[in-house]
Amino acid sequence: MPQLNIVQAINDALKTEMRRDPTVLVLGEDVGVNGGVFRVTENLYKEFGPDRSIDTPLSEAGIVGTAIGMALNGLKPVAEIQFDGFMAPAFDQIISHAARIRWRSRGRFHVPLVIRAPYGGGIRGPEHHSESPEAYYAHTPGLKVVIPSNPYDAKGLLIAAIRDPDPVIYLEPKRLYRAFRAEVPEEDYIVPIGKARIAREGSDVTLIAWGAMIPIALQAAEKMAAQNVSVEVIDLRTLVPLDIETVIGSVKKTGRVVIVHEAPRTCGFGSELAALVNDKAFEYLEAPIVRVTGPDTVIPQARLEDYYLPDVGRCLRSIERVLSY
Amino acid sequence: MATKATLQRESLVPFIQILGPDGMANPNDVVELGLKPHDFKALYRWMVLARTFDERALALQRQGRLGTYAPLLGQEAAQVGSAYALKPEDWVFPSYREHVVLAMRGQSWVQLLTYWGGNEEGNRIPEGIRNFMISVPIATQILHATGAAWAAKLKGEKSCAIVYFGDGATSEGDFHEGLNFAGVFKVPVVFFCQNNQYAISVPRTRQTASETIAQKALAYGFEGVQVDGNDVFAVYKVTKDALEKAREGGGPTLIEAVTYRLTHHTTADDWTRYRPAEEVEMWKQKDPIKRLRLYLEKQGLWSEQDEAKLVEEAKAEIAQAVAQYEALPKRDIEDIFQYMYAEMPWNLKEQLQELKEYLAEHGGDLPKE
Repeated sequence: MPQLNIVQAINDALKTEMRRDPTVLVLGEDVGVNGGVFRVTENLYKEFGPDRSIDTPLSEAGIVGTAIGMALNGLKPVAEIQFDGFMAPAFDQIISHAARIRWRSRGRFHVPLVIRAPYGGGIRGPEHHSESPEAYYAHTPGLKVVIPSNPYDAKGLLIAAIRDPDPVIYLEPKRLYRAFRAEVPEEDYIVPIGKARIAREGSDVTLIAWGAMIPIALQAAEKMAAQNVSVEVIDLRTLVPLDIETVIGSVKKTGRVVIVHEAPRTCGFGSELAALVNDKAFEYLEAPIVRVTGPDTVIPQARLEDYYLPDVGRCLRSIERVLSY
Repeated sequence: MATKATLQRESLVPFIQILGPDGMANPNDVVELGLKPHDFKALYRWMVLARTFDERALALQRQGRLGTYAPLLGQEAAQVGSAYALKPEDWVFPSYREHVVLAMRGQSWVQLLTYWGGNEEGNRIPEGIRNFMISVPIATQILHATGAAWAAKLKGEKSCAIVYFGDGATSEGDFHEGLNFAGVFKVPVVFFCQNNQYAISVPRTRQTASETIAQKALAYGFEGVQVDGNDVFAVYKVTKDALEKAREGGGPTLIEAVTYRLTHHTTADDWTRYRPAEEVEMWKQKDPIKRLRLYLEKQGLWSEQDEAKLVEEAKAEIAQAVAQYEALPKRDIEDIFQYMYAEMPWNLKEQLQELKEYLAEHGGDLPKE
């Protein structure tokens, strides 16, 4: 089985679906001839040509707005927004249109559209290149929000997203793009949207994370194991629809919850998770739910970035805190 | 364009008029339309129906029987002339004022009233009709139309898209992005701007310093044309030409139909706050319906009896629609939760259940106080 990194796995997913289904196409800035600034769409232009691997004008609302129109008229566009920070110009088209068309039309129209964007910090990027905007989309009814953390899931989740009849925001942890390789089957397969993964089993504390926070969560769990604390790590994989059963099942077992995300704390997805656990498993809790997040600030550039992002030490500190009750 | 330009000025784009406010037209220009007397009468009938619907909808709103409504009074020719040029396989992306366009494409008056009555069922476009839903946000539908037409081109189909918007929409970024994409990819789309001179209260001159809206097309690398929007013949002609060009692979066209909203922006607006009555009076002299009637009469195609009959028929048709609209069943609370996704997720199921339980505690509906 080939060993691929996340960039290669996403490329493989796109290639697989474009070969299987002639209505699938990719569009975005630099996705054609150049193969994408991260090379995610490499060689698609060569194999599928300029009508299915489309270099667009530099125009995010234009990319998403026209992709909505394509989806309404029988195509399955996979739109790339080059960086998280540049999703904002397309926000209106995403939340006012893509998300609502099925509902507004009472099912006459729907938007089978995938919007891919690299997200998150840790690559020493310039301003507006390190954002974690998942909560905006998770807050908007009608969207699905998917964030893989490894090559196997990246391929299977993207194929599932392309085949999904509703719009999917697919955020790629750019700091993990080339961080490691893993076995990725050559054939097509899906990782179902809405199913979390227990990345590590444990019984004392539940650590919930997604995307680029997964390796950090796993390292923290490993360190705690040395102290005879058994940490269960849940990789959500999909924020919307959320796999509530897996989350609550774990909380009932451990009674202690730590949530890790890069995005600012206030109204981050961790807040929703805490509220849900409170609502559905209050009587099982042994300690308050604790969040390890970015502060409620702009994510700083290179020189202060490491102080902003959750790291293993901050996870350990929060795990110790929930254990102290 | 073979039609005559009656407004002579230094302009980057042509201005097309065939039928003047006095109901006079150059016979050669009329022949070139390729329309028969029954077409003229159909155009007239649709314009009268549009006005009848509009008057009735306005009255219903004033009586509390309809929600906020956006009247089309004065814009009948721009809408009817352009829609008459469409083929069933073409896509229509409306803004919120194109009631008669939607009706001409096969949506019922009942459905339009349903929408404006605050019921999303009015947005359920019947299968087989290639109308997209009303777009309330400004200019966003320009991108959807461009994408849908682009898809048709990529699939090798011969269909086009037409998108309706107003003069205010041309100030939005989505207008620029839509026209830019359409130009770059030579998309078979017709951008149909009804320049009715006002975006609520703000006049056209405050939207752009450009002499015309039509000339903006030149910067995107395609043709722009200005047309007398109160002249149903000229509107039909320029739209038909633009659609044919698009179908033949000639790319997009921007049409600026110069017209005037003779009444409020919506029923929540009061036009007397921002424009003089004389200006409105001046535009009433250019009434699109009156001038086609004058033309038909001069051609011996229309009599007082024809007029009386049509007015009666139109009133009856709209009255029947109103009766059906008012007899629609009460909606189900499940309608809130359905259609958010192809499959209802657990959280929506829970929230629906919560609402049902709450209502059940109060005898099946919201508590009275």
